[in-house]
Amino acid sequence: MRGLSSWRAREARSGLLLVAPGLLLLSAFLALPVVASLLLSLTDFDLYAVGDPSNARVVGLRNYARLLHDPVFWKALGNTFFFVVVGGPLTVSLALGTALLLNHKLVRFPGLFRTIYFAPVVTTLVAVAAVWKYLYHPRFGLLNAALGLFGVGAIDWLGDPHWAMPAIVLMAAWKNFGASMIIFVAGLKAIPESLYEAARLDGAGPWQRFRLITVPLLAPTFLFVGLTTTIGYFQLFAEPYVMSGGDGGPMNATLSVALFMYKQGFRWWSIGASASIAFVLFAVILGATLLQRRLQKGGEA
Amino acid sequence: MKRKTLSTIAVHAALVAGSIVTLAPLLWMVSASFMSSGEANTSPPPLLPGRATLDQYRELFVRLDLGRSFLNSALLATCAALLSVVVNAAAGYAFAKLRFPARGPLFSGLLAAMVIPGQVAMLPVFLLLRSMGLVNSYAGVILPGVASIFGIFLVRQYAASVPDELLDAARIDGAGELRIFWSIVLPLCRPILVTLGVLTFLGTWNDFMWPLIVLTDDTKWTLTVALASLSGEHVQDTELMMAGAVVTVLPALLLFLALQRSYIDGITAGGLKE
Amino acid sequence: MRALAAGLLLAAATACTRGGDRDRPRAALGLRARGEVVRELVPELERRHPGLKVEVQQIPWTAAHEKLLTGFVGREMPDVAQMGNTWIPEMAALDAIEPLDARVAASASVRPDDYYPGIWETNVLDGALYGIPWYVDTRLVFYRSDLLAAAGVLGMPRSWSGWREAMVAVKRTGGPGRFGLLLPTNEWAQPVTLAVAAGAELLSDGGRHGAFAAPEFRRAAEFFIGLYRDGLAPPLANSQVANLYQQMAAGEFAMYVTGPWNLGEFRRRLPASLQGSWATAPLPAPDGMPWPGVSLAGGSSLVVFRSSPRKDAAWKVVEFLSEPATQKRFWALCGDLPARRSAWDEPALAGDGRTASFRLQLEHVRATPKVPEWEQIAAKVWERLEPVARGAKGLDESLARLDADVETILEKRRWLLDRKAAGARK
Repeated sequence: MRGLSSWRAREARSGLLLVAPGLLLLSAFLALPVVASLLLSLTDFDLYAVGDPSNARVVGLRNYARLLHDPVFWKALGNTFFFVVVGGPLTVSLALGTALLLNHKLVRFPGLFRTIYFAPVVTTLVAVAAVWKYLYHPRFGLLNAALGLFGVGAIDWLGDPHWAMPAIVLMAAWKNFGASMIIFVAGLKAIPESLYEAARLDGAGPWQRFRLITVPLLAPTFLFVGLTTTIGYFQLFAEPYVMSGGDGGPMNATLSVALFMYKQGFRWWSIGASASIAFVLFAVILGATLLQRRLQKGGEA
Repeated sequence: MKRKTLSTIAVHAALVAGSIVTLAPLLWMVSASFMSSGEANTSPPPLLPGRATLDQYRELFVRLDLGRSFLNSALLATCAALLSVVVNAAAGYAFAKLRFPARGPLFSGLLAAMVIPGQVAMLPVFLLLRSMGLVNSYAGVILPGVASIFGIFLVRQYAASVPDELLDAARIDGAGELRIFWSIVLPLCRPILVTLGVLTFLGTWNDFMWPLIVLTDDTKWTLTVALASLSGEHVQDTELMMAGAVVTVLPALLLFLALQRSYIDGITAGGLKE
Repeated sequence: MRALAAGLLLAAATACTRGGDRDRPRAALGLRARGEVVRELVPELERRHPGLKVEVQQIPWTAAHEKLLTGFVGREMPDVAQMGNTWIPEMAALDAIEPLDARVAASASVRPDDYYPGIWETNVLDGALYGIPWYVDTRLVFYRSDLLAAAGVLGMPRSWSGWREAMVAVKRTGGPGRFGLLLPTNEWAQPVTLAVAAGAELLSDGGRHGAFAAPEFRRAAEFFIGLYRDGLAPPLANSQVANLYQQMAAGEFAMYVTGPWNLGEFRRRLPASLQGSWATAPLPAPDGMPWPGVSLAGGSSLVVFRSSPRKDAAWKVVEFLSEPATQKRFWALCGDLPARRSAWDEPALAGDGRTASFRLQLEHVRATPKVPEWEQIAAKVWERLEPVARGAKGLDESLARLDADVETILEKRRWLLDRKAAGARK
């Protein structure tokens, strides 16, 4: 008996020892900073306070109130929602479409195609954003040249405030759809072939088989992909940062909430204001996550 | 049979068309990097260099010293991958196999923390690094990202399949828990650890924002930061920028091609077993 | 004896614009980047001061502002730095840089009267001197004389109305692919330069409030906006200009308001056949005001950091880089215009008409408001004017909003000033 309990104690000790480095790092670089951020968001900590902390004031919710009255913030929030609402479904449907094609029984070299479609995912964003910047050039860009073949007039992709965000959406969809595609492929593979066979014997056509077997069995994968894409897309930052030279222009058309936060914090050192933006973003993501979880539950019920 | 052939052709046509569109930006990047200065900015845009030249690459490595940033990136990404594998494997294994106080609550806490956007923590992390004297150091770039909730999950799922009997047998033989972790669990979990390592390596290699903020000294810059600073000063030099993009993207692509299986398995594991 | 080590941090940044000089490549210069040039000058400095060792760090201008601040917050500061002179108020507010009056008074080589007064003034805050001008920078008109001549305009006009007529003429004769002037929409320096020429104060009451709805600023903004509205300038951000020099050579723009870094670029990048067909001229003045129009006092200064344990060594670096002989060499190596007037007797500088325009313009420059928030305010200026330039918003509404934005930005400054005043009364 004594042996067992000392064994248990040893196991507990080792368990704590093994999780300790990870948990310590996570507390230091995640938990603690989040709490600190929350406190900072209630102050006007800024450039002057960096030089002399007595120049900081506790301002309560003023940073949040100011945000609500700041048209630039609303613009950034609107842009971010646009990116999520347009870019998310575009990315997910591209991913699903290619996954279904790849999963087609007749496809030769599925591995090759999978690699090709996945390649953009592992590329370096800063580098491919530079590439896309040139592709989007109104006069020398390949994209307008290609569109010109179909008689489409030159579009000033990144310069025209109406096109700048769609341009970012397009690039992000190109860059990201491969990751979701891979997950869809795995999800499709997990559906037993026998189910399709049985349905075929029952006389179900391709469309019916898709609707009655693929759709319901792929639903959990679909929701997972949707959730991660949404969360990731709400944090849009690097794409507009690189494409607009750090400004989020033209006319703030590509300013995302995260980029706005970065500018406030690291460019102007309005640290308090920056922290309040971070928490609004956090709240928005949390809300979206809960909403999607609820939809998921509703779907399962 | 005729119908089957037709749909085979249709499916492949769609796949090939999709591949061309997907690869076009990357192919153009490579092509433009071999053009001579000013060539890409003509109308209509040329697809191939008139006469391929290595001038842009020479400029990058000889004059702009991009080689140094390249080595920095490689060093940082390797260190980050190794550290991350050890730290997350330890935690993942412990959560999967060892009973210790507060295991359940801790794990639920991690689950909940997954929705926190990284940006929330950024500024305080920077201030923390300052108080630790780690601003402008490689440790400052790597440390905040070493422990990863996703990584812990990944290992935990995999480690759960390690048979308990094997661990118990080792215990009966008198092996200590750390020893068991090091010489039994780690080798058994090798596939997922490779995945985690590749993911972390690529994540660090491709990361831009954090090294931009932390590293002050240009001799310490990573490739992405150097490239972004180039794009500020050389926005006119399309061909040079494309060469820089190739140098940055190529290692990531090659690593992916070499370790494609583990990489993709990792992503799918994260996706499916939730 | 431990050798002295002074680190020289070099922000390869121009003075008056951040995010402004996208058209400024470094490597293709043929002339070399400042960091490299300074590294080249270091041996001479170390030879003169045995025991002094200088380590040169370079940061690119795109991230220079962020980097200086992260450096300060992260306590990673060098001993000496080059800094755009518009950043000096910010660094002084942080108490990061050292007043230099006593050192200048004791110095045999740094002589205030040898500097352009408008530029020197940018380094003075509340009577204290915080930086020594290193190289100077201002904006004036670069133009294709052949295109102007083809439009019947002989010589650069001296008034705004003449300037505008010249653009109209260029547009008329040049057809739809040609614009009179390139005026990138995302550079605050463009409208602010015009505003300074029109006599706008920009901020009022000692930098407590915005003065953007004032008649002077409005006059400049109206002129500026009118250029886009009437199709005389293309509403392009400079990130949209793929290759400025190719497009300039192709005759897409006849004029461009820009700074001295483009002297070397135009020489190198415009084809040989056009080398006789471009010129520079001081800014035209608003009608009824004396020519040349006042421009921005840009440039870069050398500062010494408070945190430096080696301030005497740091000052030696400043003195060395400020010597007329060093300045001449520096100009020859990288093309930055010397801050010291006595360096301008260099024949290559004095004899060149294009440079002479700068010399004249530099006698007519004014500083932007010396408040730490200026960079942030400046960013708002183009943020608010850009929609007007694109025809999306009205001018009066935007100026009123700009003032309101600035009012919020300066709230902290007003509070600090009031607190200080209250403290002084006690």
